[in-house]
Amino acid sequence: MEILAVFPPLFGSFIAAFFGRTIGDRGAQLVTVAGVVVSALASLVLFNDVALHGHVHTIELFTWIKSGSFVAPWALRFDTLTVVMLIVVTFVSSCVHIYSIGYMAADPHKPRFQAYLSLFTFAMLMLVTADNFVQLFFGWEGVGLMSYLLIGFWYERPSANDAAIKAFVQNRVGDFGFALGIFACFFLFHSVDFDTVFRAAPGMAGQQLHFLGFDVNALTVCCLLLFMGAVAKSAQFGLHTWLLDAMEGPTPVSALIHAATMVTAGVFMVARLSPLFEYSPVASAVVTVFGATTAFVAASIAITQFDIKRIIAYSTMSQLGYMMFACGVSAYNAAIFHLMTHGFFKALLFLGAGSVIHAMSDEQDIRKMGGLWKLIPVTYGLLWVGSLALAGLPLFSGYFSKDAILEAAYATGSSVGMYAYWLGIVTAFLTAFYSWRLLFVAFHGKSRADHHTLEHVHESPLVMLLPCAFLAVGAVCAGALAYTWFIGDGRVGFWRDALTILPAHDTIARAHHGAVPEWAAVLPTVVAVAGIFFAFLFYMVWTGLPRFFAVGFKPVHTFLFNHWYVDSLYDWLIVQPLLVLGRMCWKTGDGTVIDGLGPEGVAAATRYFGQRASRLQSGYVFHYAFAMVIGVVLLVTWFYLAG
Amino acid sequence: MASLPVLSLTVFLPLLGAVLIMLIPGHGQPDGGARSARKLALGTSLLVFAVSLTVWLGFDPSLPGYQFEETVEWISGLNSSYHLGVDGISLFFMLLTTFTTPIAILIGWNRNDARTRELMAAFLVFESASAGMFLALDFLVFFLFYEAVLLPAFVIIGVWGGQRRTWSAITFFLYTMFGSVFMLIALLVFFFQFGVTDIPVLARVGHGLGRETQLWLWLALLASFVVKIPLWPVHTWLPEAYVEAPTGASVLLAGVLLKIGGYIFLRFSIPMLPVATEILAPLIYALAVVALIYLSFVVLMLTLALEDLKKWVAYAVLAHMGFGYIGMFTMTTQGLQGAIFVLISYGLIATALFCCVGVLEERASSREISRFSGLVGSMPKFALVLMVFMLASLGVPGTSGFVGEFLVLVGAYQASSWLALFSASIIVLGCVYFLWMYRLVVFGKAVRADCRSFADLSGREMAIMVPLMAVILWMGIYPDSFLHDTAASVATLIHNYQSTFADAGGAIVAAR
Repeated sequence: MEILAVFPPLFGSFIAAFFGRTIGDRGAQLVTVAGVVVSALASLVLFNDVALHGHVHTIELFTWIKSGSFVAPWALRFDTLTVVMLIVVTFVSSCVHIYSIGYMAADPHKPRFQAYLSLFTFAMLMLVTADNFVQLFFGWEGVGLMSYLLIGFWYERPSANDAAIKAFVQNRVGDFGFALGIFACFFLFHSVDFDTVFRAAPGMAGQQLHFLGFDVNALTVCCLLLFMGAVAKSAQFGLHTWLLDAMEGPTPVSALIHAATMVTAGVFMVARLSPLFEYSPVASAVVTVFGATTAFVAASIAITQFDIKRIIAYSTMSQLGYMMFACGVSAYNAAIFHLMTHGFFKALLFLGAGSVIHAMSDEQDIRKMGGLWKLIPVTYGLLWVGSLALAGLPLFSGYFSKDAILEAAYATGSSVGMYAYWLGIVTAFLTAFYSWRLLFVAFHGKSRADHHTLEHVHESPLVMLLPCAFLAVGAVCAGALAYTWFIGDGRVGFWRDALTILPAHDTIARAHHGAVPEWAAVLPTVVAVAGIFFAFLFYMVWTGLPRFFAVGFKPVHTFLFNHWYVDSLYDWLIVQPLLVLGRMCWKTGDGTVIDGLGPEGVAAATRYFGQRASRLQSGYVFHYAFAMVIGVVLLVTWFYLAG
Repeated sequence: MASLPVLSLTVFLPLLGAVLIMLIPGHGQPDGGARSARKLALGTSLLVFAVSLTVWLGFDPSLPGYQFEETVEWISGLNSSYHLGVDGISLFFMLLTTFTTPIAILIGWNRNDARTRELMAAFLVFESASAGMFLALDFLVFFLFYEAVLLPAFVIIGVWGGQRRTWSAITFFLYTMFGSVFMLIALLVFFFQFGVTDIPVLARVGHGLGRETQLWLWLALLASFVVKIPLWPVHTWLPEAYVEAPTGASVLLAGVLLKIGGYIFLRFSIPMLPVATEILAPLIYALAVVALIYLSFVVLMLTLALEDLKKWVAYAVLAHMGFGYIGMFTMTTQGLQGAIFVLISYGLIATALFCCVGVLEERASSREISRFSGLVGSMPKFALVLMVFMLASLGVPGTSGFVGEFLVLVGAYQASSWLALFSASIIVLGCVYFLWMYRLVVFGKAVRADCRSFADLSGREMAIMVPLMAVILWMGIYPDSFLHDTAASVATLIHNYQSTFADAGGAIVAAR
């Protein structure tokens, strides 16, 4: 059963990739869909077995890397956390696989697309079933790689290629930290096995570690390095710009990878490593601040954007911020709960948006839509459901999970928790506002599309709508159904040892026992309704208001509209100093190549520096001597100082 | 089977093949005997590979010492004998040599090289000498083979090299001769000090040398191969030499010749001169890290300037070379095993990448990055194959590149967190230029008409790529087949190294 849950997508992917020509498009679609559906069914069985009946177990397949005490097997670990992720991944993936049959109907590379999707699913399954750091890294890089391939799926588009490379490189920056974190853990614990490390973690609390010449708290260093990986993967503020560009990929990809599964891997990682994070209050605080900031920043940008996919992408980033700070305040169970409900409603929103884009002949700008509700009523209804769940209106799934997170943040009583709570409240308001802004602008009012596009507007075929309907059911019911298990009274028996929450940190328990006043618990719902109301006011009643605010608060609006200038900041912080350095050292450069290509964050910085460095190859002996002496002296000095 | 001298067979069969090739009558046939020469060379190298595989099959991983030993009295006056043997360290270097030679021969199958017969013979002599070098257990025998490798290498660069081949060959030759003097001096010092040239004996007694002597000997050994491997900053001859050489020659030079340095470190410097190793390790770290970062930038520049792909590959391979050296000087189990793994893995990856360039060159008679675009449309198999090799170079888990790199970094972290920080920068740096190159060559629109009509990989080319891919994935998914065999020898190496310091009461690097 365990094998059936993990390996069928790999199998399907291989068949679609290597025999795609033989079995045809339809065959490739069938075999990949069959693969993930089998996985999904097996996951249900495992969920029942592991989460409900407590049959937690690990299957070791075979040795992977073994060198001295460094032992990393290929193993499948099944505990509650894993099976919950299995359910989310395989179900959303099944929906997206089926949806893609309709969405990609006109594409000439269907087998390749389906093969990528399935291979991605496999990598994700390896990630969630990992029982050691190295296999986690395998899945981690694997999903990153598939994300790269899928963003760049339309390989003839320069923008898609740029976005794909940017995603890979930014994620690699995170992986750099992640890898160092693994080395630090191994240095500390002499093992990369989760169970061994987790058992030893309490004994390590407060221990010092010599890192880069400083003596610092060992667990904090490990956690923060590992968290760097999560920052990149889950698009937390600082390493998030790739996620927006990733919208260059086909919409089903955005739904599966950049909303429901891969980007949540960072949250999953922090939850999986809860036994480490629990013993490092500093790391937890950092996680909280990062999460809360991300939630707010993303939502604030979303209210100014016009690209339907980018609005939803910012919304994803914002919700990831919620999950992250939930982890930071030790409400790991609430974080995973939100991860699950979000997986359903966000995939629904993306697939719904895909249906809109499909209907509008690939138009993504909501300013060029309008009045669509009569033309594509089913899609409209589905997007309403998704938005209601996202905004956290009572009885919809987001209500249960998001409120729990905010209550947990409040229940900490700490200043960091309060920071998260209040930013979370503001974000909840903004979330409702931008969701209904999207709905009102795109579906109501006068149609602003051109005549030609309007003629072709049509409701999507059933093969696209049915998966959406299934997700919609999840978006409505998942919260109410799973509440008891995830964060309600059944939570201890449900999670067992999958998550570690120290009694002193158990914010969910505190929230249940009256640590949160009535007003604080109701406030999220109030602001969500207020958000909808204001969106109604702005975009249905006084439609001049948005313009008035955009002009009246021009600096703020410009700042938000330009994504907080993060990409420009990278340019200024990383590229420019290197430019100056380059000019100082090697004046001979002309920079024509780099000027032609334009700066792109880190990629451009390294590229630029490379070009400068290449001047060393000019053949001037003094250049060689100069670089050599400086470099060697600096490094040798470092080594001796740092030991 | 034990009675059969398999190691000697591995060493001398190629030589026999080379002699036979030169006996092929060249004048009677229209192609100057090129076709028969290639067939004979391929047959010989495959046979040698089969022989070397029996060594692997018969290898007992539980024994830390040398196996399949062969000893014949040779020069009794020098106390020197013809002594061959294989242990966990040399096993895979030998296999790498015998595995890449048939590939080197096969990749240029349809090429119209001048003097094909001589080229094939040079390949086989090269194989013979390299195998001999990795298997020799006597310093004098090693020295002879070591010098013997230079002959075919020199000839290959000088005769079949590019426009600046004379310059490259002479540089290479001068540096090498210069270096050889140092190795000879080291050999003589060892001989006069201990009266033997047997490597296992020297490894047992070498640490008794004084600190100063060790340092000088160590530096002499380094000087003997620093250009050849080549270590930054004396590497500039190499890309020049590679660029217009036949693909097969680049494969052998990059796949095998570049590994000599690592092997000498492992076989001589570390076991025989532990005190000097301990002192000078930071020097190697520094050189390797600088090479890593500096060369990565150079490759980036080459990518942006849409330069020659072969030069690009040469630099990309060089940029990763430093990794092996970093690993071995950490003197940790993971570092050393990782180092051996990295050297072998990059030998294969370099081979594969050069073959990919060869494939393109055969179709377009050009190697400029600017010449190609959108190849995925016309050559999907090629795109897949290159993708796998690229991922292996990037160290994506599941490929051989990851296992080696990760283990080296684990070792590096235990030596110093700074070292790990710098070395790990390759995780970010490496992917930028690789992805960019791939994007330029394989993705995008196929601008030129012929890029849309290139033939995909032929059967012969698949016969090269598929085994390479299979081994790279095998090493990535089940590396235990390889790590298992190096474990015992590495453990002994570390044990001996540490006992040196334990005897001296010095600082001990704890084994992990």
